Amino acid sequence: MIRHLLSAESLDADTATGVLDTADALKQTLLGREVRKLPTLRGRTVVTMFYENSTRTRVSFEVAGKWMSADVINVSATGSSTSKGESLRDTALTLSAAGADCVIVRHPASGAAHRLAGWLDEAGTQVVNAGDGMHEHPTQALLDAATLRERLGELTGRRVAIVGDLLHSRVARSNVHLLRTLGAEVVLVAPPTLVPSGVQHWGAEVRHELDPVLAGVDAVMMLRVQAERMHGGFFPSAREYSIAYGMNETRLGLLPEHAVVLHPGPMLRGMEIAPDVADSPRAAVNEQVRNGVHVRMAVLYHLLAGEEVAA
Amino acid sequence: MNRAKETSNLSGGGMSGIGGPGERILLKDVRPYGEGEPVDVLVAGGVIAEIGSGLTADADEILHADGAVVLPGFVDLHTHLREPGREDAETVETGSAAAALGGYTAVFAMANTDPVADNAVIVEHVWRRGREVGLVDVHPVGAVTAGLRGSELAELGTMARSAAKVRVFSDDGRCVDDPLLMRRALEYTGAFGAVVAQHAEDPRLTVQAQAHEGANAARLGLAGWPAPAEESIVARDCMLAGHTGGRLHVCHVSTSGTAEFLRWWRSQDGATAVSAEVTPHHLLLTDDVLGNYDPVHKVNPPLRADADVHALRRALADGTLDCVATDHAPHAAQDKDCEWSAARPGMLGLQTALGVVLHTMLEPGLLDWRGVARVMSEHPARIAGLADQGRPVAEGEPANLVLVDPETRWTVRGAELASVSANTPFEGMELPGRVMATMLRGRITAHEGKIARAEGER
Repeated sequence: MIRHLLSAESLDADTATGVLDTADALKQTLLGREVRKLPTLRGRTVVTMFYENSTRTRVSFEVAGKWMSADVINVSATGSSTSKGESLRDTALTLSAAGADCVIVRHPASGAAHRLAGWLDEAGTQVVNAGDGMHEHPTQALLDAATLRERLGELTGRRVAIVGDLLHSRVARSNVHLLRTLGAEVVLVAPPTLVPSGVQHWGAEVRHELDPVLAGVDAVMMLRVQAERMHGGFFPSAREYSIAYGMNETRLGLLPEHAVVLHPGPMLRGMEIAPDVADSPRAAVNEQVRNGVHVRMAVLYHLLAGEEVAA
Repeated sequence: MNRAKETSNLSGGGMSGIGGPGERILLKDVRPYGEGEPVDVLVAGGVIAEIGSGLTADADEILHADGAVVLPGFVDLHTHLREPGREDAETVETGSAAAALGGYTAVFAMANTDPVADNAVIVEHVWRRGREVGLVDVHPVGAVTAGLRGSELAELGTMARSAAKVRVFSDDGRCVDDPLLMRRALEYTGAFGAVVAQHAEDPRLTVQAQAHEGANAARLGLAGWPAPAEESIVARDCMLAGHTGGRLHVCHVSTSGTAEFLRWWRSQDGATAVSAEVTPHHLLLTDDVLGNYDPVHKVNPPLRADADVHALRRALADGTLDCVATDHAPHAAQDKDCEWSAARPGMLGLQTALGVVLHTMLEPGLLDWRGVARVMSEHPARIAGLADQGRPVAEGEPANLVLVDPETRWTVRGAELASVSANTPFEGMELPGRVMATMLRGRITAHEGKIARAEGER
């Protein structure tokens, strides 16, 4: 039983596997059903609080909550304490006082979910981190793991490459932690300017060239290159980046037959991933989105339903 | 956080104080610099009149010190008193009280107030408020550049010639990063023997920086503040000081590389007047404490790695770093009770500095009590050119003194500190050494953790 989901780093193998197994069971339960609604979280109130635009993650959490019969309220939070709006703390306390059982937060500041959990713990409101700055995005890592389990089976001993902006990516951080917890090897591929100093403590191999890595991996996760990075001097040009690190048809050919290509979306077609790769059966982009709903249902279930309901 | 303030009874004039220019105070059983058998010290007329055993002179007050260590009163080259502008975080009065309770007899109030202390009017105001409160000598620091904007020099000469007699200039909080402007500042201040105190941080290398660039920042997803952003400016400024003959003081040295560079620079023949300070928090804390994202640990320069902490202790012990300066930086609750990146950097320091120095330097044997006196009082007084501070504990010297009970340990509670703000990173920590009393020109300003009611010097 976890109280808050703040990071993938804090998940042990049993908890993570438990969530993934639940997600799998929920998926099977709902398969082929006309009415995709379980009564599990009836009467529980879930609030999504997004300080950054993210249609895909917000919708995924909203659908997950609704399929579990929770009351889901979306707060589109604009501004933060930096821009003289209401403070994050006051907003959170307000939502908690108004009856939120669970707050799902997306925020541009690393650690925002940790702070929220600190403020709301006493009131009993639970917090799910839906992405905090450059820190973590634990449900993304869980849905990636769910997708890899479907395609590859158990992850123990599998080797996964994560390619792209490791410096700024919360998806990368969460995936490194979770994949290693689940027994997979991780190889990180990026130009040196996009590798954080201190990465040697991540327990992952770091490479700067993509091609030599491809033949030995079971999966490749492509990270989105954000527009602001393209002009930040981290690499000379989008074109050069794409040539060196983009996943294209040729590179797809270097992968083993069974290997799968993941992308957290939104994709920049032609930049980090070529259109024909994105649409190929080797890519699992849509499965990731589908699994996202089940994984988030499982997370809400583990947080809100408690073990007595699980029996 | 609202709490009743010990110091609220300070402002009224005419109350009976303890001691004063005309009064005689006998300190019974004190140990100057913690050395030898206890002696008695008679203070009269604002100076140390007599030191000896079993003094029985007539005294207006007798303070039984039971073997407390007596040192020259501490001098802090780096204090943010927040007045004018952020009186919700600290005032000259509350900051002076914190200083007196921490054993200080002089503090240098940084210029990044609102409005900025970049002109004679503001520095004279701060100086006058310090005199009115009368607990500690408040010396305003003048801004190097107008409005701290880093584009043109502030009226340095006017501030130097004002009643506040400004001798330390700093844009602290920001770096004077333009090398030509820094060169001019070092040259120009030579005319009145002032020192330029640099906040060494190359702004291009610290865009949006949030934490020491290293393993913890990488894991926590906090943009890195790399050591070379400090070290490159320190190296550049030493060379500019060497070239111009100006006097450079390096604020809050935080990296082992800066210490190493300064050690080398100061070993060179003809190396000119360069001095450097280290903060108590950089002597004790590392970025390992950042895990819960509590901005009470956010400070600029950031808390660094264990190797840096130990290098800084060694550098303070061997004289590469001259002194300890608190960078006492009070912040209102709302500026800390928020997400990390939105929080303001800085932490309280005046009342915990001695304890941290004793814990990190004296207890491990890196400094003795004379060394503590050197880094807390003598060196900072000399750097700032204060003639009556940091003087020996000897007959005829000004009675700016601190009595330290070395045996007592105490637990830090932010809510109990004299500052308006409570942002101490040492909350709940047990520190050695309690300030028994502080004395400013023969008058007791703090005694047993309480501010001694004072008549302001007007």
